Order: sequence, then structure tokens, then C-alpha cells
Amino acid sequence: MDLDPLLLSRLQFVWVVGWHILLPAFTVGLASYIALLEGIHFFTGREIYFRISGFWIKIFSVAFGMGVVSGIVMPFQFGTNWSRYSDATANVLSPLFAYEGLTAFFLEAAFLGVLLFGRSLVPRWAHFVAALMVAFGTLLSSFWILSANSWMQTPAGYELVDGRFYPKDWFAIIFNPSFPYRLCHTVVGFYVTTAFVVAGVAAWFIRRGRFVAEGTRMLSMTLWLLTVLVPLQILLGDEHGLNTLEHQPAKLAAIEAHWETGRRVPLVLFAVPDEQNEANRYAIEAPALGSLILTHDLNGEVRGLKDWPRDQRPPVAIPFFAFRIMVGIGLLMLAVVVASWWLRWKGRLYDSTWFLRACEWMAPLGFVAVLAGWTTTEVGRQPWTVYGLLRTADSVSPSLSGSDVLISLLGYMVAYLVIFPAGLLIMARFVRNGPQEAEGEQEELEEIESGRPGGPVRALPGSVQGKAD
Amino acid sequence: MEPLVLDFVPLWTLILGIGVCFYVILDGFDLGVGILFGFQPDTDSRNMVMNSIAPIWDGNETWLVLGGLALLAAFPLAFAIIVPAVYFPILVMLLALIFRGVAFEFRYRDAEHKTFWDHGFSWGSTIATFAQGMVLGAFIQGFQVEGRHFAGSSWDFITPFSILTGIALVFGYGLLGAGWLILKTEGELQERARRLGRWCFLGVFAAICIVSIWTPLMNADIAARWFTWPNMAFLAPVPVVTALLGWLEWRSLNNRSEALPFIAAIGLFLVSYLGIGISLWPLIVPHTYTLWDAASAQSTQAFLMVGTLFLLPVILMYTGWSYWVFRGKVRADIGYH
Repeated sequence: MDLDPLLLSRLQFVWVVGWHILLPAFTVGLASYIALLEGIHFFTGREIYFRISGFWIKIFSVAFGMGVVSGIVMPFQFGTNWSRYSDATANVLSPLFAYEGLTAFFLEAAFLGVLLFGRSLVPRWAHFVAALMVAFGTLLSSFWILSANSWMQTPAGYELVDGRFYPKDWFAIIFNPSFPYRLCHTVVGFYVTTAFVVAGVAAWFIRRGRFVAEGTRMLSMTLWLLTVLVPLQILLGDEHGLNTLEHQPAKLAAIEAHWETGRRVPLVLFAVPDEQNEANRYAIEAPALGSLILTHDLNGEVRGLKDWPRDQRPPVAIPFFAFRIMVGIGLLMLAVVVASWWLRWKGRLYDSTWFLRACEWMAPLGFVAVLAGWTTTEVGRQPWTVYGLLRTADSVSPSLSGSDVLISLLGYMVAYLVIFPAGLLIMARFVRNGPQEAEGEQEELEEIESGRPGGPVRALPGSVQGKAD
Repeated sequence: MEPLVLDFVPLWTLILGIGVCFYVILDGFDLGVGILFGFQPDTDSRNMVMNSIAPIWDGNETWLVLGGLALLAAFPLAFAIIVPAVYFPILVMLLALIFRGVAFEFRYRDAEHKTFWDHGFSWGSTIATFAQGMVLGAFIQGFQVEGRHFAGSSWDFITPFSILTGIALVFGYGLLGAGWLILKTEGELQERARRLGRWCFLGVFAAICIVSIWTPLMNADIAARWFTWPNMAFLAPVPVVTALLGWLEWRSLNNRSEALPFIAAIGLFLVSYLGIGISLWPLIVPHTYTLWDAASAQSTQAFLMVGTLFLLPVILMYTGWSYWVFRGKVRADIGYH
């Protein structure tokens, strides 16, 4: 069998990024949530926020650790498997990657140690600052990496000489046309994803009648947040789509499975795109709605895939379905938020079993939406790594044989299939143990051993817990 | 052409050199602690050993990312040739670092599989170190290059020399790790670190001698650099200082000094590093491309330089602060339980 190093390298990149992106999707939001909880506790001194924060810090530390180790893999992929891409784009993109390291990674790493282990070693304000810095670091990291990704989608501010990109205008490079939209859409997506995880865990606590005080506080907080963020996200998604229509019309045509250019184009709700025959099968369409949504005008013109030669079209079915999964989940989220308004108004937010169950079921869906959105935008960019300028096929390292990449792909598969389920189980265990244990163990032990127990009431659960372990 | 062209290459060489140096010393000692972790006989010692680096390992490993990205940014041609040439050692290093990194969290949280994660930590650290040593050996030997690409096979990296440098680095990081443990622990644990440190030192000393003889024999240019007049006179301090540091290391491992084994080990790394630099200067893709050939665009180097000169001192400041927070002997109650 002939092994294709290009195809295998692409599969490997999908594998290592696909798993990795799940972690920032969770830690970016969670870091901000922890900073918020630490802040409320710092300024009001209310115990419950301290307990909730301690609970999530433990879960955060597992997710963040996994994010770090799977993230270190990423920059090396550019060299090992995509050396020609690196050689061609380094002048433009490498400072963005390097600035991510310089501004974000060190900040996160240094203050994470203090956040996790330093509570008894530094003043309270310093611990709060550490939480803020970790959150700030995750946002800076998102800024730079999404800027680089956006440049690959909508390159700007460059000059192409002998197949290599040279910078002309750094502001235009960093703030390239799709970047503001992608940044907002992705970061809000990460926040929404995290909020649904927090809401799901809170709902589970409440329904089981354990840690109800913490659960109701968490659920109430996150549903207020989602009240703002979910509608905002839908709006941002629409804006991002319009931006794609302007700058990457072929991607948009694939997302919508439009083959023919025309006015009053329908919205394809469902179809099986047939790339061979350049047509849709089993299509369910809403007339003229496509033009309305994409151009905000019933008579708006939308370009179809046949406008591009076959070798410049992205795959159609993958972005088409991935996009519909993302939007479908977004609408489900909106339904949950609307239901929460009604229940809150009725005063039944915390005792409607069906709603609590719905929140639990929604908990993992944000991740599915993130993966679907990522698939839509990255597959939609094909067959290019730098849109319209550098082909994926011309980006791969020339020295690799198919078997080389097969070995490395298998290595990454085995490693990630051990690490990720193990990490998930550990986080699930923290959730099962709930806030008190998570907060109790470390804090109480420290206070007792350093000879100043925080009072018998607070010391007791920790010591009981210690014996039970 | 512009009338005045600033040459950023020397400054970037310095920054990259310092970055790699920081990585080798900082992640070197915590990988070394991981290597020595496997020699700890009981759970309590293992917990202490791990907690001596728990709050700082993440920051230390970040220098690896920075080193890789600085190479990409300042000398992209070198990145695009060297990294694919060491495809497998990099793969093995990354996989080993994954297991080692998650072991910090997992061995405390996943009690049923504690032994598995313990092995993941010690073997992960050892294998990652060995792989880095092989990268170094392959780098010194040089790569088969055509135009702007690596033209050899992904298996070219395996040579007797790269296996030797792999083993050498395991001893080297082990020595740094022993120095760190002597600094951070007391009593029996510290005694064990001294004992292990002495074995590591013997390995390091042998490796330095062998590599110093082998490298000039392997490459005529390197031989000429060291053994022609007047270079010989200028460079004579390098082996002399190395010998002095070796003597200091051995002495301090055998007496009561707590900081000196770590400091002398760092010194040994610095002189070895300097030695490699002298051998290869000014090549960044050994025996093919110089630093200037491989440099990125002027504007790229300038744009990144501005931020780096501002950010690096800030990073060093708050990283220093986080070390300061966890100063002193490692305590059983701080870190993971």
C-alpha cells in the first residue's frame, strides 16, 4: 500500500489540534471564571465563592496541565511536518507565534504555580492577582494564535517574493480582515462552552441534593452570563459569516452547498452534497432565504462553487455538515437560555428537574460546537494553507516518507488515547467529590500543620476527610 | 538598497543562545529531577522530589517553546531544515514530555494507577532527555541539505555519536537534578541526591572527554578551529575552566555545601555549551548555512526584537518572583498531596 505523507500529515495535524483545542475551549473560560470568583471572594469575603473557586481550580489545574503538554506539540508540528510552510510564512507569522509565547505562556506558567500552590505563601491580594494574570494570559494567547490563524485565512500586509512571504505592514498583518470577527467569535464560544460545563455541573449538584448552595450560585451566575453571551454569539457568528462571504467566498459556497451563482438563492437546510456531479441530493431548501441571510437582501447575489476551478474548491460535505452541527447546537443553547428566563421569572429555576437535566445534557455540547466550527473554517480554507496563495500540498516537509508519518501519527494516537480519557476521569472524580472536599483537603491540612487551625468548625471536615481517604 | 541596514543577527544569536541556555538549565534540572525520581525508594521521598519542582516545571518547559519559536522567527531556514531532519527524536521527546507533564497531576489524582504515572514521570523524563541529546548529536554532525530543504532520511539521526550525546545528556540533566535536590531537600533525601549526583558526574566527565576528542576527529574545520595557532592560546581557558569546574563539582558533592553542586553543574553546562558554540560558529545549519544565510527578513527581526527586549526582562522578573515564593527547602504540605 502506498502511504501518502501529505494525507497522513494532515490527519496528524487534525488529531493533535483537535484534541488540543478542547482544552483552551475550557481553560480560557474557566480561568476568567476563577478570577471572577477569587475577585468576589477578595472584595466581599464571602466563603461560598472561595469554596466554588477552590473546586474549579483543581479541575482547571488538570485541564491546564493537559493543555500545556498537548500545546508544546503544536509549534513543533510546523517544523516536523510542515517545513515548507514554515520556510514560506515564517517572516510574517513567526513573530505572532513568538509573541504568544512571550506575552502569554510565561505569564500563565509563572502565575499558575502561585494560583495552585501559593495560597498560604502569598498575601491574599497577590493570590487574586495571580488568578487575574492566568486569565489575562489565556486571553493574550487566544489573541496571537487567532491572529496567526486569521492571517492564513485572510492574508494581508505582505509581499510575495519567490514563493516566500515578506512583511510590509505589521498592523495589517495582525489585524487582518477576518481577525476581529474570528477572535470575538472564538473567545465568546470558549466562554459559552465553559459556562455550559459549569451550569451542567451545578445542575447535577442541585438535582442530587448535594452542594446545593454552591450549585444554585453557580447555575444562577452562569445563566446570567449566558443570557448575554448566547445571543451575542449568534450575532457575532452572523457577522463572521458575512466577513467570510466577502473574503473567502469559496468557503462560504461550500458551507451553504451553493453550486450556482445567482440571486434569490435558497437556504439549503439539509442536503447530501455530491461533489462529483456538482449538485445536491435530497435537498430541503427555503427559497430566497440564503440571499437574505448572507447578504441581508432577498435579491442579493451569492457566488456558487462552479465559479472556481475544481482544484481551487474546498471539500463541500464536511464544512456543510460541520456548520449545521455548530448552528444547531447554538440554537439549542438559545432554547436553554430562553427557558431559563421563563423559569427564573416563575421562581422555579432550581427545582425543575427537566431543566436541570437539560443543563446536564448540554454540558459537553459546547465542545462539539467548537470542534464543528473549527472544522468548518479549516476545511473550508482548503486546498490552501495560506488562502489562495500557498497550497497545503506545497506546505508539507519534503523529506518525509509515508511510513515516517504513519509511525508518528500512531504514536500521537496512542498517547492521546491514554492521556485524554485519564484526564477526563480525573476531572469527573473532582466533580463527584464536590466543592467541600476539593477546598477542604489542602487548605485545612496546611493550616493545622502550620499550627494555626482556622477554627474547629473549618478544621473538622478536612481531618474527617483525611481519615476517610 | 537602503542606506543604513541594521544587522540584527548578532543580537538574535545572543537572544536565542540565552533562551536555549535558560531552557537547558531550567528544564534540565527538572527533567533531571524526573530522572532521579526513579531511584527514590519510597512514596514519601517521591512526593518530596516531585513537589520540589511542581510549582515551576511548567514555566521551565515554556523555554522549550520559546527556543523553538525564536529559531523559527529569527532563523526560519534553520528551523525548516533541522526540525524535519530530527523528526523522530522530536516525536519521541514530545510524547515523553506529554507523559511526564501529566504525571504531576495524575499520580495524585488517579491513585489506582499511581505506579503507571510514576513510571511515566521517570521514564518520560529520561527518554525526553535522551531524545534531546540525540538532537544535539545529530545537529553537531550536520544534515544532508539540498537548496532550502533537508534531503536525507528521517532515520539519519541515529549514529554512534548521537547515541553517545543522548546518554551524555541523561547524565548531565541528572547532575543538574541532583544539584537542585541537594539545594531543596534535607537529611536522607539529600544524601541520596549526593550519591546519585556523584554517579552522574562521572558519566558527565567521561562524556565531556569523549565528545571533546571525537568532535575534532569527525570534522576537520572544528579541529582547525581549536588546534591551530593562535586560536589554541585564546581557547585554552575553555578546557582549563571545565577541569576546574569539574573539580569543584566533585568536591562539593562530597562535602557539606548545599548550593555549590547546583552552581558548578550549571557552570559545566555553560562551558560545554560555549565549547559547542565555538566549534560551530557562525553556522546555524552545521556545515551548510551560516546564521546570516538563515536569518529571517530584516523587518521580522526588528519587529520581534522590540517586544522581546521589553518582555524578556519582565518575564525574568515575575518568573524570579514565582521562584522566590517557593524558596527554601521543599515542604511536605506545599504542592500535591
